[in-house]
Amino acid sequence: MSESALGAVPRRRGPGDALLLRGLLGLSLLLLTLLLALPLLLLLLRAFETPAGGFAGLANFAAYAATPSLLAAAWNSIWTAGLTTLLMLPLAFFYAYALTRACIPARPFFRAVMLLPVLAPSLLPALALITLFGNQGLLRGMLGGGSIYGPAGIVAAQSFYCFPHAALILAVALGTADARLYEAATVLRAGHARIFATVTLPAARYGLVSAAVVTFTLVLTDFGIPKVIGGSFPVLATDVYKQVVGLQNFNMGAVVGLVLLLPAVGAFLLDRRARGELDGRRAGMLSGRALPYRPRPRRARDWPLFLLCLLVAGALLGVVGTAAWSSLVRFWPYDLSLTLDNYAFARFDATGWAALGNSIRMAALAALFGTAMVFGTAWLLERGAREARIAPLVRLLATLPLAVPGLVLGLAYILFFNHPANPLGFLYGTLAILVLNSLVHFYTVPHLAAVTAIRQLDPEIEAAGASLRVPALVTFRRVTVPICLPAILDLAVYIFVNAMTTVSAVIFLYGPDTRPASVAVVHMDEAGQASAAAAMAVAILGVTVVAKLLQLATAGVVDRATQRWRRR
Amino acid sequence: MVRRALAAAFASLCALAVLAAAPAAEAQPRTRLTVYTALENEQLQPLKQAAEAAIRDIEIAWVRDSTGIITARLIAERQNPRADIVWGVSVFSLLQMEGLEMLEPYTPRGAEALRPNFRSDRSPMTWAGMDAFVAAICYNTIIAQQRGLPRPATWADLLNPAFRGQVVMPNPASSGTGFLTIAGWIAAMGEGPAWDYMAKLHANMQLYTHSGSAPCSNAARGEYGLGISLDMRAVTLKNQGAPIEIIVPTDGVGFDLEGTAIHRGARNLEAAKKLADWAVTRAANELYGRWYAVLAMPGVQPAIRGYPPEFEQRLVKQDFRAVAARRDAILRDWATRFDGKSAPRN
Repeated sequence: MSESALGAVPRRRGPGDALLLRGLLGLSLLLLTLLLALPLLLLLLRAFETPAGGFAGLANFAAYAATPSLLAAAWNSIWTAGLTTLLMLPLAFFYAYALTRACIPARPFFRAVMLLPVLAPSLLPALALITLFGNQGLLRGMLGGGSIYGPAGIVAAQSFYCFPHAALILAVALGTADARLYEAATVLRAGHARIFATVTLPAARYGLVSAAVVTFTLVLTDFGIPKVIGGSFPVLATDVYKQVVGLQNFNMGAVVGLVLLLPAVGAFLLDRRARGELDGRRAGMLSGRALPYRPRPRRARDWPLFLLCLLVAGALLGVVGTAAWSSLVRFWPYDLSLTLDNYAFARFDATGWAALGNSIRMAALAALFGTAMVFGTAWLLERGAREARIAPLVRLLATLPLAVPGLVLGLAYILFFNHPANPLGFLYGTLAILVLNSLVHFYTVPHLAAVTAIRQLDPEIEAAGASLRVPALVTFRRVTVPICLPAILDLAVYIFVNAMTTVSAVIFLYGPDTRPASVAVVHMDEAGQASAAAAMAVAILGVTVVAKLLQLATAGVVDRATQRWRRR
Repeated sequence: MVRRALAAAFASLCALAVLAAAPAAEAQPRTRLTVYTALENEQLQPLKQAAEAAIRDIEIAWVRDSTGIITARLIAERQNPRADIVWGVSVFSLLQMEGLEMLEPYTPRGAEALRPNFRSDRSPMTWAGMDAFVAAICYNTIIAQQRGLPRPATWADLLNPAFRGQVVMPNPASSGTGFLTIAGWIAAMGEGPAWDYMAKLHANMQLYTHSGSAPCSNAARGEYGLGISLDMRAVTLKNQGAPIEIIVPTDGVGFDLEGTAIHRGARNLEAAKKLADWAVTRAANELYGRWYAVLAMPGVQPAIRGYPPEFEQRLVKQDFRAVAARRDAILRDWATRFDGKSAPRN
């Protein structure tokens, strides 16, 4: 090291370094603008245009409001979403409660089973429910003459599909509690019910709000379930599709898309408030002299909860098992002998197994680029270029995708990338557009996770790096990334799994050779080939389960390699 | 240790990226033809293989959807067409496209050998036929026994109140089979009585499905008692052992031709012409005969077994051009009356 270097006062960061970091953040902003803000803006404009391109004012909205079937669909969407939330939330709450606040056996098993629906495309429960409760269903007697096609099937399938999302949020909300509150309550001779009502529930209320909002939004924006099991029951999500794909009416599609966007954005804002409160509370609870609450065995509480967990886990496994079984049946319902014929996809569908290859390629690329972009941007926002003037804007764009339903994003992408004046038009119909779309569609959750992971790091790390005159990016590569490697793996798997299972956005965007497996499921179901559709859904589930298992297997290695310092 | 793990992780990510990108990087000297089609899914692979084997320098990229969807898409894209050629689309749609000046006039080599009513009457031709198919009723015999349903022999029989909520047919807006069915009713009964008939049938209808296959596929699985579907699907399912009887109504059945036509403004016109030439050959017709009983080329023996022999005598007299000109109006009328019972996406 030279004299002058030793003598120099260590500056926090060299000017070139800072410029580079700001430039990188600018790049993130550019990407998010191109891939999110501009397409959405174009969608907004199209809602006010005539099909010929002239200014329509509010004419499209007036036409919408004057079509009773479209309004009925909006109402159907809202009430099925509300009903699903009401029915499923208590179950999810007590399931999460059992996992965090009770002493039940086989907790890891229940936790694993709870995650199953996340790994499956939403079409899978719908197909399984038709096998169980359809007109030839095994359990159709339980419906007492009612039909599974329509709201009943939608609510039941959505409850399955949304269960893990709600239960995970509630498990986090219930996961941390201050034991002193419970001791105080016991000393004051409060009964168990009273403690539950006055200590447990208030502490979990933001979690409940958040879980309710997430469930409501998921049901509202999901497309696969009403498509498969909705019968002639129209909802908003299928209306967008009908307008765009069936009638090629992009302007009305844009209007319905905006109608779908409104409740989603409202729910998103509500959720943000609830989560902010939740984080604040948790931080407050853990910062002081809080003692973590540890449940002690109590039979009157544990046994009923254990029973509930068994029932719910049984139902979740039952649905997945039914789908798997129905994919193996030779000719439902008249020849129940087992065969692998339904997995010879080329018999049903020109793309055959290649559709699964498309999905894997798309999901892997989305996970690769998505993780790099999400984590890099989160680090720039939190550490690298925290003070940059564009940082708040990037932060806003990064949280926006959570509020945008996949169908709306997909529609915005067609309008944007198929616009004759767009120089990026060559992307239309390629795998790249599917990758970019999935990356943006699932941006927010990994972004928030990355921010949390980075905030846990001591800011002194960058300061130490800077005082040693190591470029910030080198510190990032050598220190930040290795420390956060488990979190980074989590992000990658999250994006991969979601890109594998999504239908809503990609159904507008696939090209002749890039049709993903999830869309193939929809098409096979449309042609009445339910067994083959179930087989493809099970194949998707197989891939995502393998990905999850690989993550668990490598987690040990990564942990040993990069996380040993934590346990010193 | 940290760096080694990092390097390993990075290397595996790179490997993944290479794996993921590899198949896309294959170089192709062949011309990629974008072919829009409404053929059944299982027909695409054999047709692609046969055509690519016969014409070495083309590669077929299918864009497949139900007839109504693919037609709407072709019309919506006509300013900036993405299709080079349509292969296996209803003649109603082809004639509608002809009316919009969307078809490239070209007489495929050997197209004169086709039956006269299976090809365009213009010179040069705008389209060439492949096969004909009808709408038939798939009648699930097991369900019929369970629910005591009578066996319908005519379309009129379907109005029997015993069938309330038991009948399923394809939505004519999305499905070619659905459209040819109502076009057949209009041809057989006359326009006014046909709408009256549909209004009465609507009361017995459980659902209007998206595709023309779904009613029979689901009748075969007992989800519905009776499904109106294209004959080819019905025969295939029956050959697979489904407990269905294929009923060709005696009071006249509608039918449809499928054909090939080159899109005006095709980006690969020469290659499209080669495919249009091949699509009218004897070899191609023999291939169509794997699924359809009535073929455009006279004298080609269809390989498919199990077709009800009587349907050729029961075909209605169909004026394709007149119906094609009114296709949009008929569909609009239909949607205002009956769309409430449609499956999502139509």
